[in-house]
This record gives sequence, C-alpha cells and structure tokens, in this order.
Amino acid sequence: MNEWVARFFGLGAVAAPALLLAVFGLSTFFTRRLGEKAMARWTAACVSYGLFSVVGMLLAMLWTGDREVPVEIGDWVALPAEGFHFRLKFLFDRLSVPFAALTFVLVGVTGAFADRYLHREPGYRRFFLYFAVFLLGMVVASLAGTIETLFLGWELVGLASALLVAFFHERAAPVFNAQRIWTVYRFSDAAFLIAALTLHHLSGAGDFATLTGSGPWPASRPTIAPGPALGIGLLLLLAAAGKSALVPFSGWLPRAMEGPTPSSAVFYGALSVHLGAYLLLRVDPILKASPPLCACVVAIGAATAVFGVVVGRVQTDVKTALAYASLTQVGVITAEIGLGFRYLALVHIIGHACQRTLQFLRSPSLLQDYRVLENALGGPIPHVAGIAERRFPAELRRRLYRFGLERGRLDEALDRFLVRPFVRAFRWCDGMERRWTDFLSGGRRPHHDHDHDRPRRHAAVPQSSPDGEALS
Amino acid sequence: MNTIRLPWLEMAILAPALGSIWVKFRRDPEVARGHALAIGGLSLALTMAAWVDFKLLGGRDASGPWPFSALGLGAPPLAVDELNAPLMPLGALLYLLTILGTLRTKFREFSLPRTLASESILLALFAASTSWGVASMMALSVAPRYLELASNRLPCRVYLIHMGMFIAFLVLGELGVERGSGPGDQPVWAILLLTLAMLIRGGAAPFHCWMTDLFERATFGTALLFVTPMTAAFGVARLVVPVAPTWDLRMISVLSLATAIYAAGMALVQRDARRFFCYLFLSHSSLVLVGIETATPIGLTGSLSLWLSVSLSLTGFGLVLRCVEARVGRISLAEFLGLYQQIPTLAGLFLLTGLASVGFPGTAGFISIEMIVEAAMETMPVVGALVVIMTALNGLAVIRVYFQIFAGRSDSSSIDLRIRRPERIAVVVTSLLIFGGGLWPQWGVEGRYHAALRLLETRSGSGERADAREPMGRSAAIRRAADGGGDRTQGLPSAPTATAFGFK
Repeated sequence: MNEWVARFFGLGAVAAPALLLAVFGLSTFFTRRLGEKAMARWTAACVSYGLFSVVGMLLAMLWTGDREVPVEIGDWVALPAEGFHFRLKFLFDRLSVPFAALTFVLVGVTGAFADRYLHREPGYRRFFLYFAVFLLGMVVASLAGTIETLFLGWELVGLASALLVAFFHERAAPVFNAQRIWTVYRFSDAAFLIAALTLHHLSGAGDFATLTGSGPWPASRPTIAPGPALGIGLLLLLAAAGKSALVPFSGWLPRAMEGPTPSSAVFYGALSVHLGAYLLLRVDPILKASPPLCACVVAIGAATAVFGVVVGRVQTDVKTALAYASLTQVGVITAEIGLGFRYLALVHIIGHACQRTLQFLRSPSLLQDYRVLENALGGPIPHVAGIAERRFPAELRRRLYRFGLERGRLDEALDRFLVRPFVRAFRWCDGMERRWTDFLSGGRRPHHDHDHDRPRRHAAVPQSSPDGEALS
Repeated sequence: MNTIRLPWLEMAILAPALGSIWVKFRRDPEVARGHALAIGGLSLALTMAAWVDFKLLGGRDASGPWPFSALGLGAPPLAVDELNAPLMPLGALLYLLTILGTLRTKFREFSLPRTLASESILLALFAASTSWGVASMMALSVAPRYLELASNRLPCRVYLIHMGMFIAFLVLGELGVERGSGPGDQPVWAILLLTLAMLIRGGAAPFHCWMTDLFERATFGTALLFVTPMTAAFGVARLVVPVAPTWDLRMISVLSLATAIYAAGMALVQRDARRFFCYLFLSHSSLVLVGIETATPIGLTGSLSLWLSVSLSLTGFGLVLRCVEARVGRISLAEFLGLYQQIPTLAGLFLLTGLASVGFPGTAGFISIEMIVEAAMETMPVVGALVVIMTALNGLAVIRVYFQIFAGRSDSSSIDLRIRRPERIAVVVTSLLIFGGGLWPQWGVEGRYHAALRLLETRSGSGERADAREPMGRSAAIRRAADGGGDRTQGLPSAPTATAFGFK
C-alpha cells in the first residue's frame, strides 16, 4: 500500500479522537467553555472522521490485498546508545480494524444518545470530556502496534471509566464504587506494565511484530519460549481479568452501573468490558506458545460464564442483570480465545457489543416496553420454567440462589483478605508515627478541626461504603 | 574572538538575596508581593540565561568569570554542568509559582523576604562547584524554615532534632571523606555518615517524621518549597555517588524503596490532606533515589528525569491543595467536602497534577517511571515489580483524595470561591509544563541522559574502589569503552571534566 495513503488514513483514525480531547480539554481549562451544541457537533465530527479513516484504511487494505499495515509515528523517546526506544506505532490488521470501527460506531451512537439523555444536566460537559478520554484510549488501545502503546490506551480507558462511574458524585455509592473499580484497574494495570516491561526486556522491543515473529494476525507464529510465555501470559491474563471483570474480579461490574446509562452501555456493555478479551487476542502468539496458559484462559473464561449466569438470574434491576449477561458472554469469549477460536471470538465480540449497547440504551424504557408487550398479549407475560427449575433439586437451587444473591461473596473475600488487613496495618503505623512525633516534640502536637469528631457537614454522604469497608 | 561573558549564576543568586532585603522594607503587602514576583522572575530569567550560556558553550568553561584565580583563590565556587543546568531554572520557577499562587491573606505567615532568601540559598546550593559549597548550602537551607517556625511560635523540636543530626552527620562525613588520601580511599564511616545525612534530609524511613511534622506545623508554601526541589537527591548525586561503594548504594536503594512503598501505603490511609501530600511526596522522592542507585545509564536517566517531573507536578499538586486550603481551611479527608460545584477548575487541575505526579501516560513522569522500572528489571526484577505496585498505590491515593475533596454535597458558599487569576496562572503554567514534558519528552530525556553519563563517569573515575564496585557501580558505557567497544559519549558535547561532579 502506498505509504501516504496508509499514513493519511492511519493517522486520521488516531488524530480525530486526539483532537476531540484537545478541544474539550483546552476549552475546560484555558478558554471559554463550549456549549452543549458545540460539544455534540465536535463529537459527531471527530467520530465521523475517525470512522471514515478506519473504513478508508479497510477499503485500501482490501484493494491492495495487504493484511497488515503498520503506521509508524516514530520514537516518542529514544536513547539509541542504550537500545531504549518508546515507539509510537499503530497496526492495522484483521483484528484492529474491526475493533476500531466498532469503537467509532458505538461511541458515535452512544454520543448521539447521550446528547439528548444528558441535555441540561449539570455534568454534561464533564461527561463529554471523559467520553473523549475514553474514545482516545479505546482507539489507541485497539490500533496499538506496540505493547507500550496499548498500555497507554489501556490506562486512559481505565481512568475515564472510573470517573464516569462517579459521574453523580454528590451521592456516596457512585464514589465508592468508582474507587473500587479504580483499585481493580490500577492493580491490573500494574500487572500489564510488569508484563510489558518483561516482554520488552526479553525481546528487546515491545513491537507485536517482533513478538509474533512472522505472519499477520491470526496466523502469527510465536518466537517466545514456553516458560517466559507462561509467566508473561499469566500477568497479561491478570490484566485482562481486571479489565473485563473476569473471576475473581467480577465484583466491580455491577458497581459500575452507577454511572449514567450511556456510559454503562458503551463501557460495560460494549467496549471496555471486551478490552481484556481484545488483549488476549492481540497477544495470541503468547497463548500459542504455552498450552498451560491456554488452559488457564479457558478455565477463567468458563468460570466467569457460569458465575455470570448464576448471579445474573437473581438480579432485580435491569442494568445489573444486563451487566451479568455481558459478563457471561465475555466469559464465553475468553474461553473461545483459550480454545484457539480467534475469528469466532472476534465475531462474538462485535455481535455481542452491538446487541448489548442496544439493550443498555433501551433499558430506561424497559417498563414501557413491557407494558406494550403485555398490552399486545392481553395479559402478563407467561413465566416459563428454565432448566434449573426443571432439573435441579430444590436444595441445590436454594444454594445457587443464595450464591447469586450474594454475588459469590467475591468482594467480601477481597475486602476481608486484602483491603482490611492493609488498611489496619497502615493505620496502626500511622498511629505509632503520631505517638513517636508527639514524644519527640514533647507532647505538643498540632490540633486541627478535623482531629475531633465533629458533626459531618455533608450528611448525604456516609462515611463508609454500603458494600463494605472503604479506604477512607 | 573575545566575548564578554556575564556572571549569570552570581547574578541569579544575588538577585533574590538582595531582593529579600529590598522586599523586607516594603510596607504595603501588595507592593511587596509585586516586587517579590519581579525579583523571582528576574532570577528565573538569569538561571535560564546561565543554562543557555552553558548550552552555547557546548558544555565547556561552564563556570562564570572568576577574577581571583590569579590571586591563588582556587577554582570558581559556582559552575553550571549537565546535572544542575535545568535544576536551577526549575528551583527558580518553583519559587516564582509559589509566590504567585500566594493569596494576600497569607502574607502574615508566609514571609516573602524569607522565601527570597531561601531561593538564593537553593540556587547557590545547586550551583556550588565544591563539595564544601554544597554541604554548607545544604546546612544553611535549614535555617529559614526554623526561623519561620520560631517566628510563628510553633514547636520545632522534631525539626531541630532531625536537622541537627543531618548537619552533624554531613559535616563529619565531609571531614572524613576529605581525609581520604585519594580517590577510593575514603573511610567507610565517613561515607556512611554522609549517606545517613542524605537519608535524613530526604526523609527516608524511619527518619521521615520531621517532614510530616513540618507539613503539619509550617505554612504549606514553606514546607512545599523546602522539599520539592529534592536537595537530598542532589546531595546524593554530588557528595555520595562519586565516593560510595556498591554496598552503600544498594543500602540507599533498599531503604529508599522501602520508604517509597511504605509512604505510598501511608498516603492511602491519611485523614489530613497535608499529611497525605507529604507521604505522596516522600514516596516519589524516594523513587528518585531508587533510580539513582541502579547506577545504570537508563535508570539514572529515568531518575534524573523523574526528579524534574516530580518536582514540577508535585509543586503543582501542592499549589492546588494550597488553593483549596486557602478557601476551606485545613482539609480533612475524613469526610466528603463536595467542592466540585464551587471550584470545578481546581478539581480538574487537582486531578491533572495528581495523575501527573504518579506518572500517568501523557504526563512528564510516565517515561521516567518506565525507565526506572526497566533499569530495575535488569538489575533486580523484584524492584521493578515493587516500583510498579508503588505507583499503583499512589494512583489510588490521588483518586481517593480527589473524591474526598470534590465529591459529595456541600452547602453553597456565600462568597465566591472560584480560582483567582494569579492562582490560575501558577497552576496552569505548571500543567502546561507537565503536559509539554509528557507529550514531547525526548529533549528533556536526552539532556538527563547526558547528565547521567557524566555522573557515571565520576563513579568510574574514583580510582581502585571503583573497580571493586563491579558490576553495579560501573556503567555499561564505561565497560564498553574499557573493552574497546566504542565510546557512548561520542557525539556528545565535550563536557566538563569529572571534577564538575565529583570534586575529586
């Protein structure tokens, strides 16, 4: 393919969301604020241009028969004498192009929906600013040609996700849930970064091309030894599990439903929740190099799917039920990847994302839809007994029901074994430090208003999370 | 052709020193503030000129004109080199932004003359070309903070105990190192004392209590300016690295890493914003030392880059916290303050500077942390993993505090709490620099790489003990040169000799 054509379409796909973020960011901090109409138009224009670029690239690839088109921006940082390079490189292939196109389509649809849904909301600008961060993160992550570039996008998606969950930040629950999500994301990001740097250390570069050796996706062959592949792969699986809410990190997914419906749709129904699966598809050569790793991927995927089915059945609000339905499908997709069905997984991702976005966006009208349905049927919708009701003994059903209602106690386990010991240990250290400082200063310690228990000024916000101990 | 060279460094140091006296006699606080800003700006311009001068000279003849050499008064006491060239403008900028972001109501506690005097001492410390010059300025820099605590009648025993130990160890260590007959012959006790002095000054655990105490008692601006230039890291680079054996560097590295993780954990459970900031800062400043002690070109480059980015981003972050504090008093993290509705711009800037401080992608710290982790992965993979976990914890702490301060529902204030123009300028300038450094990092990283190579040269140039430091103390560059595999410094400007760093 002509290099100029590749650069025109390739850079256009990345530049459009970058421009959108720059415009929204600059207008927020440095110039006068944009109005709702202007923000909606900017979003529509940039998303359209990004989609045009990706489709243009796809057509050019089909025309020329190229299956893999790298677009190099160059070294972001390079110390050639030390062999240190941080390259910004984007890769257009059979995996990234459909995912990037899907991103633009769903973000465009959700953006148009949100423009009306959040009309005259005080947080309208904030929503679209975070939305622009998310779009840039998703596009960079899907088109990344190096693992470092993928990490860059990955982090942006995580930040936007957490901030949007806390969109209604005058209430306590969204804030606590956002903190929980951010915590899971940060630790999965840490696993990702360690994996990326180890990979960089082993292969001398973070390029997927170097990693995959030869052949475009999914025919790429591994060049990494089975031992390191297992270690790095497990770290990447941890990162993917955190991002896609796979077991044992599934507890954050229903919490994320506190955000506004458009963000729930695009993040947890469509794109963000599939990013972990996308990562596993992208590092496919590592999976090929290590059968035990594939087994782990299948096991986690299957466990997540079963967990999603059991818990999703007993949810009482539509968004949470949809979240667990998403989780079930993501689990199945992960298992497919582990079993080696790459194309099937990709098609599954695209289909599931589109269907789930539609369901999420329609969810605020669910009661109305039911009413229409019941009117048409002339009575209540008949209840049909499922497999569990027909085949499972009552005791097992009761146990499963309780398991589902308590959401597998996954969050409680994390709280009990990780969060509380951590907070207690450091609070103890804090207390000891204060005593030591008091001793050194002769018992004269500074007193501030908040050293004493005073009535809270903000009664609307409780001190601890309704779902467990908060870090504060 | 003979050119007239101006003594930029001397002028940059003298400007705030004389300005301090000038401002002291201005009665009107607004006039005093205006003059202090002008003097801070002038000082920044002069340090920038010194840096440009150094670059134009290609790294040679970096000291200013010194007319007393002929009289037997030795080498010039001040010099610019790769290490301190950007640090001096950075120091001047931090002072300028802090003065700019200080509201009129704070002038009774935050003394402008004392601040300018501190700036002069800091610039002299960075510019000093002799080890005693560095040591004496480090000791002297303790005084203005003590004077503030004393003048505000605040207890200062914790500060005095720690700083007393610091000065005593510094002086004894320097005397001991001077007694060494030659490079690599310094007594172990002297090196240990020097190391200990730097650890105390840098706030390494368990010697960090003075820092939390200072943040709790002194004005935020004063505490901020005392710690953010990271003079302890400078002391380590100038005084310890050239003479320290491998085990000593490893000891500093382990202690710094432990401090970094401990402080990250402590930042997460704090209920007071100042203490939170203090621990966040401690965590990052310790990380700078971890990078220095990897003693590899990549690790050192990352560390020196992180030094600049952390100084800048945490100063910005501190200034935002200070702006919030100026509006609502001491900030409690035990409840939600709900300030977003009233100060949305500050909320955004808080998030921005906070994430920059933890090395979020696109900000100045990202590449630096990545380089440190990469270097650590080569020397000791566990360290790399721990550094990553530490940054994850700091990220959690920043977001948690963001929500504590800005989330929730608050009663609307009867007065306008929005950010004032000088505050906005101060924080926005910091943010622009953070983004500039993050989006176009190559220039800054390259400069720091040259400084890292020079720093490693000083270690290899310290005689027989340097050989005993293998493999950690000897850089890949030097090893390659020794093996005849080419000189990594080829193509670099012919830099000042090792004396510029090592004084030996």
